[in-house]
Amino acid sequence: MTRLEPLLAEHPFCRDLAPGQISRLAACARERQFAADEFLVREGEEIREFFLVRSGRVALEIFTARRGPLLIQTREAGDFLGWLGLEPHALWVVDARALELTRVIVLPLECLNQLLEEDPILGYQLLKRFTQGLARHFASMKRQVVNLLHGL
Amino acid sequence: MATGPEPSLRLTLEEFAAFLADLRRLGFTLLGPTLVQGDFVHREIAGVADLPRGVGMVQEAGTFRLVPREDGALFGYPVGQHSWKPVFFPPERLLWTGRRTGRGWEIRLPPEDREPVALLGVRPCDLAALEVLDRIFLHGPYVDPYYQAQRNTALVVAVNCTVPGGTCFCASLGTGPRAAAGFDVALTEMLTGDGHWFLAEAGSERGRRLLAELPGRPARPEEEAAASQALAQAAGHMGRSLETAGLKEDLYARYEHRHWAEVAARCLTCGNCAMVCPTCFCHLVEDSLNLTGDRAERRRIQDVCFTVAHSYIHGGSVRSTPRARYRQWLTHKLATWQDQFGCLGCVGCGRCITWCPVGIDLTAEVTALRLPETPGPAGPEEHHDQAGASAG
Amino acid sequence: MLPVLLPVVKRRRETGDTVTLTLDPGPEGFGFAPGQFNMLTVLGLGEVPISISGDPGDRSRLVHTIRAVGPVTRALCRLTPGETVGVRGPYGTPWPVAGQTGRDILIIAGGLGLAPLRPALYQILARRREFGAVEVIYGARRPEDLLYREELSRWRGRFDVRVHVTVDAAGADWRGPVGVVTTLISHARFDPPHTTAFICGPGVMMRFTVGDLLARGVPEEYIFVSLERNMQCGLGLCGHCQLGPLFVCKDGPVFSYARVKEWLTLREI
Repeated sequence: MTRLEPLLAEHPFCRDLAPGQISRLAACARERQFAADEFLVREGEEIREFFLVRSGRVALEIFTARRGPLLIQTREAGDFLGWLGLEPHALWVVDARALELTRVIVLPLECLNQLLEEDPILGYQLLKRFTQGLARHFASMKRQVVNLLHGL
Repeated sequence: MATGPEPSLRLTLEEFAAFLADLRRLGFTLLGPTLVQGDFVHREIAGVADLPRGVGMVQEAGTFRLVPREDGALFGYPVGQHSWKPVFFPPERLLWTGRRTGRGWEIRLPPEDREPVALLGVRPCDLAALEVLDRIFLHGPYVDPYYQAQRNTALVVAVNCTVPGGTCFCASLGTGPRAAAGFDVALTEMLTGDGHWFLAEAGSERGRRLLAELPGRPARPEEEAAASQALAQAAGHMGRSLETAGLKEDLYARYEHRHWAEVAARCLTCGNCAMVCPTCFCHLVEDSLNLTGDRAERRRIQDVCFTVAHSYIHGGSVRSTPRARYRQWLTHKLATWQDQFGCLGCVGCGRCITWCPVGIDLTAEVTALRLPETPGPAGPEEHHDQAGASAG
Repeated sequence: MLPVLLPVVKRRRETGDTVTLTLDPGPEGFGFAPGQFNMLTVLGLGEVPISISGDPGDRSRLVHTIRAVGPVTRALCRLTPGETVGVRGPYGTPWPVAGQTGRDILIIAGGLGLAPLRPALYQILARRREFGAVEVIYGARRPEDLLYREELSRWRGRFDVRVHVTVDAAGADWRGPVGVVTTLISHARFDPPHTTAFICGPGVMMRFTVGDLLARGVPEEYIFVSLERNMQCGLGLCGHCQLGPLFVCKDGPVFSYARVKEWLTLREI
């Protein structure tokens, strides 16, 4: 059992995955740590990694010339950041910046996508979790839009 | 060192004084360096007596001090904070006035009666600065009529620098310490066993005619050689240097270099550097109205890119951080200026280094920017899984 | 350069904070190219750069659409017919309409960005046969922020132009699309390698629109944007409008994306 498996197993994104599935993910995974104000990704870069946030906080932002970065949402401990199932060479449309010391597990898409192609059962499990997370993020964003644009 | 087709003149101190008197007699308003309460200011002078005699300077980053000289030199110092830019590009200028009459508004240019000026003591770096300003105000698609009128009539008496300053770097930019062109007369002050004298060279037809009227005798070859040697020695004792090869490309590639944050931590964004720079040309355009609302004025006023307002468009400023603003000033002066005007914006006068209250030295900042960037504490830390990290 | 004083002959409120002023340039008329701007003066108060938003084919009228965002623009928006405005110009580089013969044209506007694009559309429609598809894509914050609504309807009524309009947010009486401007690009019909896009709007909107078009295969030298910076002289002399080595008032405001992309991807430049 390698060092990353318990970290993956305890993350909500991987809850109830079988030990064998966790091991296969661990083979792609590595840990990374971002200091406060360090960028995980920048707008316009190719989407090459999928992040599981273990601790800390990440801001999703769009930079404007006159007002600097405008913060849209955050990703907290237990959340994920990134996309599964997109077309190749898709680009980030936001910056992701660590607001405090943030520890993540990084799953490079090159490895992860190959794993999911070979193991569609695991692939379906991850896509389900991803879609459920997207739904949560989207629901929040819709309510944010209503609050902001209609002055609630 | 090649001189003009005519030999240079050797002028005694008295003959130099007579030269100044000639200029005034010809109707020029004579402007020269004067010392006013410890400040070097370019003002109208009546003659040699108004020049600061036996004065030297100590200049370093954030440091300016006057020191006495035993030799009674009239030009025994490099440049003070004043350049000659204000003569042609005044820090404040009325552009037009509007008068509201019964028929509506009428806009008029201000009356321009100006006496031609003669500039005494233009150092080679400041001469180079005027040529830079010419590219901006004379050779672009829009010509500034005030600048043009002043430039066409002004007489330039350059003074070569035998005493370099601690922050000077004209030699590495090729802008000094000897004036090559752009002057009517160039003087080199010499204090030798032979006395206090000047080597005078003509740089224009007007200069030749002026020198032809003077009583001084042609300089001997050994006198020309002595002057050349003094200037060569000055070139070898510059306080600073700046490598210009590849400068634009180096800066264009380093807009996100970590060093900008380091300078920003020191920079007060006070704008002193831009205010003493002989080539900075940013200006505000401001309209005003009198109390009774029947007279409007538009003025052009010196501005600096260090203010937050400089890059303001409704909604906010594009360069809101000190880091962005210092970077704008430096990259404009040394890099983008080259694409805009075909020359470097900097002339190596060193004023920005001397007059920065925290002693920021753009030659040192360029050196730091050109160092390879090494990953530091802000770099990402990666913890690799020892047992089975695979590239997938 | 002295401003010329021209009288306001018509004032039209477009939206809550935007007014279109029509000026009479006098017997000599006023010629300009689409995308150019004038420096407009309120005597004694100040001078601001405002895009010309009228028909370049009509020299007898000078039209500006102005949004009130500061003291000078607020004063301009309060002017009534008979009052005078100081005018200097025209300045700046235009939308290169003439060079796009044979190409499909996308006019993509966000908010007030439709104002500097309208003259280009007028010019295109005046020589409609020279171009392929012509598609107008326009997004504003809300329905009440849409400019030139009657003209939009007229353009939509033509059979040789397609008009797509969206808003960021709307109430119940809006039946059109809701979403950012880029969501409409997939509704437009154009042949990317043979398409020219003219884009104007807030910086973020232009950025994402350019990205979308590039991803679809529109060449970067055929994507044109109109940039905005602090402009005080209009002559490239006051130094405020610099974007790297470019003076937006003189080298722009219209640029091909190919020319400005390096400078636009840098921040706080």
